[in-house]
Amino acid sequence: MSNSALDDIGVTVEPKPVADGGSCSAEDCKKITLDGLWHNNPGLVQLLGLCPLLAVTGNMINGLGLGLATIITLTTSNTVISLTRHWVRKEIRIPYYVLVIASIVTIIDLTMYAITPELHHILGIFIPLIVTNCVIIGRAEAFASKNKIIRSALDGFMMGLGFTLVLITLGGLRELIGGGTLLSQASVMFGPNAESWTWQVFDKESYKGLLLAVLPPGAFLGMGFLIALKNIIDNKIAQK
Amino acid sequence: MKKHLEAMKKAGLSLAIFAFISVLLVATTDKLTHNKILENQRLFLLNSLNQVVSRDQYDNDLLKSKIVLSTRETGFPRDTPLYFATKNGRLVTAIFEITSLSGYSGAINMLVGINATQPLSISGVRVLEHTETPGLGDKVETSKSDWILSFSNKSLQNPPLSKWAVKKDGGDFDQFTGATITPRAIVNAVRSTLLYAQDNLMKHYQDFSQKKSKGTIHE
Repeated sequence: MSNSALDDIGVTVEPKPVADGGSCSAEDCKKITLDGLWHNNPGLVQLLGLCPLLAVTGNMINGLGLGLATIITLTTSNTVISLTRHWVRKEIRIPYYVLVIASIVTIIDLTMYAITPELHHILGIFIPLIVTNCVIIGRAEAFASKNKIIRSALDGFMMGLGFTLVLITLGGLRELIGGGTLLSQASVMFGPNAESWTWQVFDKESYKGLLLAVLPPGAFLGMGFLIALKNIIDNKIAQK
Repeated sequence: MKKHLEAMKKAGLSLAIFAFISVLLVATTDKLTHNKILENQRLFLLNSLNQVVSRDQYDNDLLKSKIVLSTRETGFPRDTPLYFATKNGRLVTAIFEITSLSGYSGAINMLVGINATQPLSISGVRVLEHTETPGLGDKVETSKSDWILSFSNKSLQNPPLSKWAVKKDGGDFDQFTGATITPRAIVNAVRSTLLYAQDNLMKHYQDFSQKKSKGTIHE
């Protein structure tokens, strides 16, 4: 895939790392971290993984669930792909990524089902969704296939974290506008103790809730506003 | 041309090796986790069944006292597993695992427990799986609302058959603000289950206990 083809699908190609030396200097780590969380955020800038992102963010807890599952998969897949990058021929790298990602997702799915059935019951629906998340193959192609293991793992983790933050923000926004609460249903993930976590932001009686926010159009509208907000902040920073 | 063929061979071979390794890893994981997953599924099902009929009300192995009714037999959209909870050899509660396709999105899978009283009454209804809208239709889960508990002890006389519908359809059952379709699907499915059980439950139970005494079903 040429760089321009990658630009078309919204993947920003990283500049080739300078003289692949050292594992990860402090400055380098900082750059990878900031890229994942802000400058090249998969949700807000690369616009990758929109399908699961828009589908599950009906509330904050669902967003957190998908986010955690994505962080695990993305970190593992980046590590494996970076580890094997010298043995994979250029022509077969895309089917190879698909193979690696599908295997990792299946293994995580089965292992979670066996070890923590309760958690699997909640995150279970999100795990197959991750296979459809192109941010994972995007990072494999744009970063892990060209970088050393530690840098790739860090990139996977930070990209996953950046994605999670967008999921939580969008989920929170939709839940707040749609039902006037935050952190509702935390108990399905954190156990019965979390039942009291639900934060009734707007008064239950007087605030009827805006249904649109919870339904699919709300996801697109909310996402649009989040991207606009990020651009405004970036412009403010650039002007200074 | 020869060069191309050579490259294709190499690429194909290495991809095959990678595929082999992946399959090996996935198969090993499957092998290692298979029994544990089956056990988890069994426990989960048993837990759900015990929410519909409490553990102290029966003394048989519920998961083994099961028959499956075909769609042709019942007219329901999917095959319907039916569990018999008995105590001292007498039927206490029959649990139908039914599916409704009239929800807002996708199938709603639920357990309907029916006490073998005269008239038949509901011991409980629980939704096992659904993909209804979060924040709206998902209030059918006990963790989010106790709406589904309102079925307990209802029968075809209480409320009368004509009132077995959501309020919007002129019946007795509440719907949720902003969501009528999901509660309607469930109320209607429970009503059809009761109607079906009224005519067929005893027959199925007799068949089942005959087969059991002949030893074709082992408890």
